[in-house]
Amino acid sequence: MSKFQPIEFYKNKKNEYSLLPFRFEPLSEVNYAVTNLVGEHLIIPRETLEDFVKHKLDSSSPHYINLRAKHFLVDDKTQIAKELLSIKLKTKYRVLSEFTGLHIFVVSLRCEHSCPYCQVSRQSDDKIKFDMSTDIADKSIDLALRSPSKNIKIEFQGGEPLLNFPLIKYIVNAAKSKQKEKNLSFVIATNLALITEEILLFCKQHGILISTSLDGPKDIHNLNRPRPGGNSYEKAVEGIQMVRAHLGIDAVSALMTTTKNSLGRVKEIIDEYLKFSFTGIFLRPLSPYGFALKTKTYSAYDANKWHDFYLEGLEYIIDLNKTGVKFREYYTSTILTKIFTSQEPGYVDLMSPSGIGIGAIVYNYDGLVYASDESRMLAEMGDTSFELGNVLTNSYEDIFLNPKLLDPIEESFAFSVPMCNDCAFETYCGADPVFHHAIYKDFVGRKPESEFCNRNMKIFKYLIERMDSEPYIKRLFMSWAQSNA
Amino acid sequence: MLKLHGSAISHDATLMQRGLFIVTKKSELPRTIKSKYALLLDNYLNYEEGYGAYISFSEVKISNIKNYFYLPKEMDYLGEGDIIRIEPSGRINSLFRINSSHNTILLTEQCNHYCLMCSQPPKNIDDSWLMDDAMALLDLIPRETRNIGFSGGEPTLYGDHFIDLINKTKLILPNTTVDVLSNGRAFSDSIFTSKFAAINHFDCVLGIPIYSDDPARHDYVVQSKGAFDETILGILNLKKYQQKVEIRIVIHKQTIDRLVQTCEFIASNLLFVDHVALMGLEMMGFTRANLDQLWIDPFEYKDILSEAVDVLTCYGINTSVYNHQLCVINDDVLPNYKKSISDWKNEYVDQCDSCLKKSECGGFFSSSKMYRYSDHIKAII
Ligand code: SF4
Ligand code: SF4
Repeated sequence: MSKFQPIEFYKNKKNEYSLLPFRFEPLSEVNYAVTNLVGEHLIIPRETLEDFVKHKLDSSSPHYINLRAKHFLVDDKTQIAKELLSIKLKTKYRVLSEFTGLHIFVVSLRCEHSCPYCQVSRQSDDKIKFDMSTDIADKSIDLALRSPSKNIKIEFQGGEPLLNFPLIKYIVNAAKSKQKEKNLSFVIATNLALITEEILLFCKQHGILISTSLDGPKDIHNLNRPRPGGNSYEKAVEGIQMVRAHLGIDAVSALMTTTKNSLGRVKEIIDEYLKFSFTGIFLRPLSPYGFALKTKTYSAYDANKWHDFYLEGLEYIIDLNKTGVKFREYYTSTILTKIFTSQEPGYVDLMSPSGIGIGAIVYNYDGLVYASDESRMLAEMGDTSFELGNVLTNSYEDIFLNPKLLDPIEESFAFSVPMCNDCAFETYCGADPVFHHAIYKDFVGRKPESEFCNRNMKIFKYLIERMDSEPYIKRLFMSWAQSNA
Repeated sequence: MLKLHGSAISHDATLMQRGLFIVTKKSELPRTIKSKYALLLDNYLNYEEGYGAYISFSEVKISNIKNYFYLPKEMDYLGEGDIIRIEPSGRINSLFRINSSHNTILLTEQCNHYCLMCSQPPKNIDDSWLMDDAMALLDLIPRETRNIGFSGGEPTLYGDHFIDLINKTKLILPNTTVDVLSNGRAFSDSIFTSKFAAINHFDCVLGIPIYSDDPARHDYVVQSKGAFDETILGILNLKKYQQKVEIRIVIHKQTIDRLVQTCEFIASNLLFVDHVALMGLEMMGFTRANLDQLWIDPFEYKDILSEAVDVLTCYGINTSVYNHQLCVINDDVLPNYKKSISDWKNEYVDQCDSCLKKSECGGFFSSSKMYRYSDHIKAII
């Protein structure tokens, strides 16, 4: 019928287009990943990429239509891409304007555990020396509440924070009475060995959540986490049940520390998490701060081992989901959130600009302020590069405008760092100046040699190829990208 | 199927112009409001003077009765509280049915799109009287009404009059939710959008179609160059002003290939929309003329539909599947399946008689039943 025009009539007339900013990275001989500033991605064959950059791509090819729909090009047909890109970019960086949301209070350095990978805790009864004072607590609360962020989360850490429970109570009450118009939330990071009914009642009253450690099956856990009696695992398991009985099933989350003992046993570790009805696990990279920095044995060997560990775990979790067991891996989820949405998940290691200080900050028991948890571990080992000041003597401005914070954030900003600025995965990646400083003695490091870069690059490529290989996995990954809880 | 329009078999119209009347059987209404009503005569017994009009479905003979319309049997669904339009010619339209949960009021047949599957083919004639009637209708609709819809054509072609209409709806029906079917292009003008937003209606949803993430394809389906960009810009503006938007996708041969990508596009760029409706094709208007280009058996695309729903729901977007039959969709779509073909009457085919799911199934448009439906309709037993 002549009343209707054919689709050709609506296509762009000239085969001319302009490229929008994008980056690419080979995945294989044949295929390339292309990404843009807001994380939209496509996999295209090398010839297509070549045609595309040479402005030779035919506007009727499906690749052209995909590239246009995902804002890699604009032509005379549509100009809306810039509008959409700017909205998404704004969303992505919005967290920056909110500034520091997570405030870590080290209420005591003392601990009844003696985990070898922990650099900071002390087995001591000397409360005066290793517990935070109310004076320091007061000053720290004032600093925390100065943050422009509407949502302030206070996390109690240690050592074992429950060894100084009276101060936790003091801080919760004081913060609540001092705050105006903030949404306060609290978390206690504890090994649960010392949890009591009384503590849980207080938690219930104030909506305090619990974060604990579970390193896997009993033998791994107890090997990783020695304590008098050798019953860290039993205590943790008992504690988890107790917390759930009082506060509800989701009030307790668990964190796993990957050590050499864990490598090769990822399925057992995951099964352990399933056994206790956790809905996901965070397969954390090996921490370099423990054995590595001291012994200088943190080698490519360990990095590769971890990579195998992670992949085996991830594949196992994918299979679990296929059989109907809903479970996710949180490191992957964090990356997927960046791949599939414009939200910033706010995981400090994978943020650029780095989240140190401006995403999370540490108020140490002795009044010193650190840019991150890793920063205070470095300080314990004698490197005070990220020590930002003292709550007793320094102002908010002194601390947050300290060049010791601003310089690493600025210098490590991946968008302007050699190699990262060309990297297709920069929007998914992070800056991690503390890590790079610790290992390579500058905030950036040389990325081809950086274990951080190698590890993440491998994961990005793996995830992108993996979801391209199977629609089920793409859907699963899309669902993991949502509200990373 | 109910007949919404009809002509009186005989009438005695002294009406000088068309009028809107509320149907009633009550013959003792106060004198001051009688003229708004059309008295439905059972027989001459409930005849009373002074009503705006009189109607019946079997002939009633009363001398000196003014504005009496003897209506065809097909319209005998009309009952207490329904609102009709009567034209001096004897033409009757049912405008508002009190027992329907979705009354839609046609505002114009003019449109700046010319969609391949338009069920209400656009006419380029001055029909602004439809707007006048809609304004008048608002005065008659009961305040308890839960929802009304406005459709076209393209309602926003009225510009400021459209704003006036929504504003009047808000003032006069303060508890009624409103649905507007629009192509959204008018909202690419921020000034227009700001005026619309300034009405501050508590629940007015704009149902706006996006047929593809490929602008050329969208423009082709709606037969208008530049439609895609303007519609997207319109949605962005509406959301800037925090207005409610529902995206509507009609599934057919021209939209199915990129349906999943289109849903991904919505999830990634328009995540903030309030609802996405995935709709089966209705065999009305232009659809029949373009059937070759449009028809695809829902059974053939059921996996794509599942994938599309999966993408949207996984992003937390409120999603509904309309105008589909249960036997041609996958089970994973069920949570989003809506049993709504029409408020009037759901139609079924012979296979449905033995189907256990008939009561949950939306069945067919009568147009589909008559014209074209899936070859894979099969009773679920
Ligand atoms: S660290 Fe490596 S993977 Fe990350 S953005 Fe830089 S170059 Fe890319
Ligand atoms: S057989 Fe009829 S009633 Fe049953 S699902 Fe199919 S269309 Fe619906």
